[in-house]
Amino acid sequence: MIGLEHYLAVAAALFVIGIFGLFLNRKNVIILLMSIELMLLSVNINFVAFSSFLGDLVGQVFTLFVLTVAAAEAAIGLAILVCFFRNRGTIDVEDVNVMKG
Amino acid sequence: MISADIQTVLPEIVIALYAMGALLAAVYTSKDEVAPLLTWLTGGLFVVMAGWIGYNGEGVNVAFDGAYVDDGFGRFAKVVILLSAAVVLVMSQEYMSRRGLLRFEYPLLVALAVVGMMVMVSAGDLMSLYMGLELQSLSLYVVASLRRDSVKSTEAGLKYFVLGALSSGLLLYGASLTYGFAGTTLFSGIVEAVEGGASIGLLFGLVFLITGFAFKVSAAPFHMWTPDVYEGSPTPVTAFFATAPKVAAMGLFARVAFDAFGAVTGEWQQIVAFLSVLSMFVGAIAAIGQTNIKRLMAYSSIAHMGFALMGLAAGSAFGVQAMLIYMAIYVTMNIGTFAFILGMEKDGVPVTTISSLKMYSKREPLRALAMLVLLFSLAGVPPMVGFFGKFYVLRAAYDAGLAWLAVAGVIASVIGAFYYLRIVYFMYFGEETEALDGKMSPVLWVSLMASAAVMVVGVVNLFGIEPLAAAAAATLVN
Repeated sequence: MIGLEHYLAVAAALFVIGIFGLFLNRKNVIILLMSIELMLLSVNINFVAFSSFLGDLVGQVFTLFVLTVAAAEAAIGLAILVCFFRNRGTIDVEDVNVMKG
Repeated sequence: MISADIQTVLPEIVIALYAMGALLAAVYTSKDEVAPLLTWLTGGLFVVMAGWIGYNGEGVNVAFDGAYVDDGFGRFAKVVILLSAAVVLVMSQEYMSRRGLLRFEYPLLVALAVVGMMVMVSAGDLMSLYMGLELQSLSLYVVASLRRDSVKSTEAGLKYFVLGALSSGLLLYGASLTYGFAGTTLFSGIVEAVEGGASIGLLFGLVFLITGFAFKVSAAPFHMWTPDVYEGSPTPVTAFFATAPKVAAMGLFARVAFDAFGAVTGEWQQIVAFLSVLSMFVGAIAAIGQTNIKRLMAYSSIAHMGFALMGLAAGSAFGVQAMLIYMAIYVTMNIGTFAFILGMEKDGVPVTTISSLKMYSKREPLRALAMLVLLFSLAGVPPMVGFFGKFYVLRAAYDAGLAWLAVAGVIASVIGAFYYLRIVYFMYFGEETEALDGKMSPVLWVSLMASAAVMVVGVVNLFGIEPLAAAAAATLVN
């Protein structure tokens, strides 16, 4: 029987993978965007699982909001990335280093 | 029913509709040529809205079944946000026009960010909190990279975006845990669920939420993005980042801490006190080696957020009052300081190195004097107004039994005074090297002088914000 805790465990695992993807990734900014998306979607699993467990629709409404915001966020992230690529000619994480200190 | 709800959120609706309408109008007409006009119009609208909210608002109005709360606390924060955003907008107009930076999107993105901030400080539900926060953040990511042909500006936008999205993710994870373990997203429901002790799940939720807020207010140890974003963004945008969003984030922090978790003050008090002491010291120590005045202001704002968090850490109505007063004073000081920074240029090119200020007092005695007053105020030297802001939060912390925090605050403010006074030293005693030139536009000059004058004249009664802040705090903490 698959219960609430299984869903929570999957969501927590995905969330942690997302965070590690942000910090351990040294290659490509696109991977950062994917990691962020993974974090947001894992939260959605949490919300839907809780919503069905509690028999309360609010969690699913929240999920719809999160999906919308995630889409807007991805669009803005990619737009900034395109601008950055035009100026810098690379999207390696290691090259995002003009400012330091 | 719905019309009463709409009546309550009318200021936000008006600004949002204005932003959308103006966006359409500008696209279909002359585009960037109307940008200066739009900037002034947006600033004017903010002032009108601030007056409307400030004079007409009364009592506690709850809209959309508790998702939106319009109370004294929210109104105080909104007036500060609107007025500071208006001043920053009109200050930036001339600077940005002259450098071809002023696109018509800029004032409208600021307007949308302000709508987000207003929703944040009035949130009564995790959903409205999240939507407000994201509306603010998404607009700010774009304005950070407003100068799209500059590596620095786009890099600042990229860094801000990645770390901001990370913090939103953490906050959202906390929101989902809070929802699951409290069974509701309404703050009024959460506060009932934590009555008599929070469950471990709710505590995890609380910690994640606080982490997200700490990112947004740039409190150490979640401050890494601040210096880079402040340095890379165009200076008017930096001035905006340093003022309104900080007030909104602190307001949101206080709102969640008291409205949703007010029954378990002890649980978050320690975390906030820890964030506070760390921010004060990181801000004070890391700023010492800075050579760029925008970076320096970033660390300065980290330290100031530490002091504001000290008021929150007190966990009392007086603490919230102290925090509100501190934020109002902080915003006023920063507006003046950034007006000065916006006026720093050589041969029409903006200069941001601190060493370029050497012997500035000889060339521009009045501007140097105003900056001196502001720097003293930022450092918290009595009798400037900045000292009273610090005094309030220290007293709140001491009254709440956090004497160690108050002592740490005093030590950090002494360390922090060093780098403010270093600028004063450069301006008055340094050796002249590459002199700055350039006139200040009238708007900047007035902002600088008014801000400096407030720092001196406000000593009399702080312009009466003390009872206002007390009334605002009383509606939040009860």
